[in-house]
Amino acid sequence: MTARLSDWFNKRGWAALIIWLPYIWLVVFFLIPFVIVLGMSFATRTSTAPPFGFGGEDPILNLESYQRLFSDTLYIRAYLTSVGNAVVATVFCLLIGYPMALGLTRVSSTWRTILLMLVILPFWTSFLLRVYAWMGLMGTNSWFNRLLTDIWNALTPEAWEIAHVTMMNTNFAVVLVMVYSYLPFMILPLYANLERLDPALDEAAMDLGSRPLRVFWDVTLPQSIPGIIAGGMLVFIPACGELIIPSLVGDASSPMIGRVISDEFTSSRDWPMASAVAVALLVLLVVPLMVYSYFESRANAVKATKGAP
Amino acid sequence: MNRRPLFLIGMLCFGFAFFYIPILSMILFSFNDSRLATVWGGFSTKWYAELFRNDKVIEAALLSLRIALISATFATILGTMTGIAMARFRRFKGRTLLSGLVTAPLVMPEVITGIASLMLFILMAQWLGWPAQRGFTTITLAHITFSMVFVTTVVHSRMIQADVSIEEAAVDLGSKPWQVLRDITLPVISPAIFSGWLLAFTISIDDVVISNFVTGPGNTTLPILIWSKVKLGVTPDINALATITVVIVGIGVIIAGTLLQRAEKRRLRDERMAYRDNL
Repeated sequence: MTARLSDWFNKRGWAALIIWLPYIWLVVFFLIPFVIVLGMSFATRTSTAPPFGFGGEDPILNLESYQRLFSDTLYIRAYLTSVGNAVVATVFCLLIGYPMALGLTRVSSTWRTILLMLVILPFWTSFLLRVYAWMGLMGTNSWFNRLLTDIWNALTPEAWEIAHVTMMNTNFAVVLVMVYSYLPFMILPLYANLERLDPALDEAAMDLGSRPLRVFWDVTLPQSIPGIIAGGMLVFIPACGELIIPSLVGDASSPMIGRVISDEFTSSRDWPMASAVAVALLVLLVVPLMVYSYFESRANAVKATKGAP
Repeated sequence: MNRRPLFLIGMLCFGFAFFYIPILSMILFSFNDSRLATVWGGFSTKWYAELFRNDKVIEAALLSLRIALISATFATILGTMTGIAMARFRRFKGRTLLSGLVTAPLVMPEVITGIASLMLFILMAQWLGWPAQRGFTTITLAHITFSMVFVTTVVHSRMIQADVSIEEAAVDLGSKPWQVLRDITLPVISPAIFSGWLLAFTISIDDVVISNFVTGPGNTTLPILIWSKVKLGVTPDINALATITVVIVGIGVIIAGTLLQRAEKRRLRDERMAYRDNL
């Protein structure tokens, strides 16, 4: 069916234009830069401008930067910090986002429209300013910090009294702001998944005498696994490479990998090292990416069959 | 399910409080008289006045707006073409590579896209002599590239849900390709194109990491300006700037959302009427 249409388009040369113009654009401005990164990771740092060269003992496959990746503990620690923060942020997004998504499927349709709009709205406001909003809350003089301090002092024995809660420039701050920034990425795919589930299954389980928690565990949760994976990957992947959040609220002594890449590139002007770290980050992300695209293509296939009349 | 899901309602309340308390607090403190950005010292609008007197801020905002308008428009054209190609041409050489190129920028860490694009521009300048200076051109090129794939995603998912048989009927009845495109395909996907443009626009105007890498001296977009100020700490004038942004975006999204919803309703009604007329 579609083949006929595209054949006909092809005859007139329209297809060539529609396909190749954006294709060439993406190759030039997206693919080639990555080939450059890959090539750069095998280069040697020099003091020329631009600061790289191919030469030395092994000009073709110079593994110097990759060797440093394993010998200098800075890089390994940065990877562990990144993965650790990203995992914790993903788990908290799931713990907060899942009940919210499930809640959205249980409210009236008017409320649902309003609340979905409210989930999407922060998406459209500046990412940078959302991080900034938390900087205002976490500072030692802020009302939020004083509130937390007062609650802590009221609940705990006097010996544990604190003057303020140290939040800024810690890994806790990084995780908190990441959960805040990426929560919509978790809620939206989960909601899309949960909304499609057949409520009759829940009702059948209830009629057969299951308790609500049991219904959730045996019926709802297993069916929502594709949504959990999609949401989890959408949080985990950007969280691993995050640069803005750790730079603004993170602990400078245990940097995340995004910051290491940026620092190597700009402060140290070490292009080969920055590229090697970037390649290693991509390798780290390949597995979650493949899991994600597998589920995504399955979801698209479902959409395509549903779209057909 | 006749039991009220109290736990779920509670989590929704908690979640929305979590979403909006930081933003509301930021808005409140933009009206703070005190220089200390987090301690209340009385109501004042002086930070807004200061903001509008600040030429650097105005200049940066105009540059951001110019880049966003141009890059969103080009990204929409290129992204729509890719979306149509992916949805309607099932077999062509290099289709697998193209689908990879369309997905990769969506998930690529910005810092990697940033250094990759900067290296490309520096090497191009050295070997081809263009772009001679980094700034408006390089930021716009980078923004087109990474926002066009978002347009593609939106358009593509609309197209695979649309009914191909209408296009095929038009072909069978002797329409030329541009007529099919103009009279059928584009009207059907126009809400998707519109939301794609909006998405590309906000991605561009919001971007700080990639812009920061590919820009040159003297070309400061608004996010780069905010980024360099925020790194030094919380200041009341940034609160004011943030409030203005949030209000403009909020109003814009609500208007756009209402328009899109209305267009969608009208389309559904038209479709229903068309079916009824044909019965």
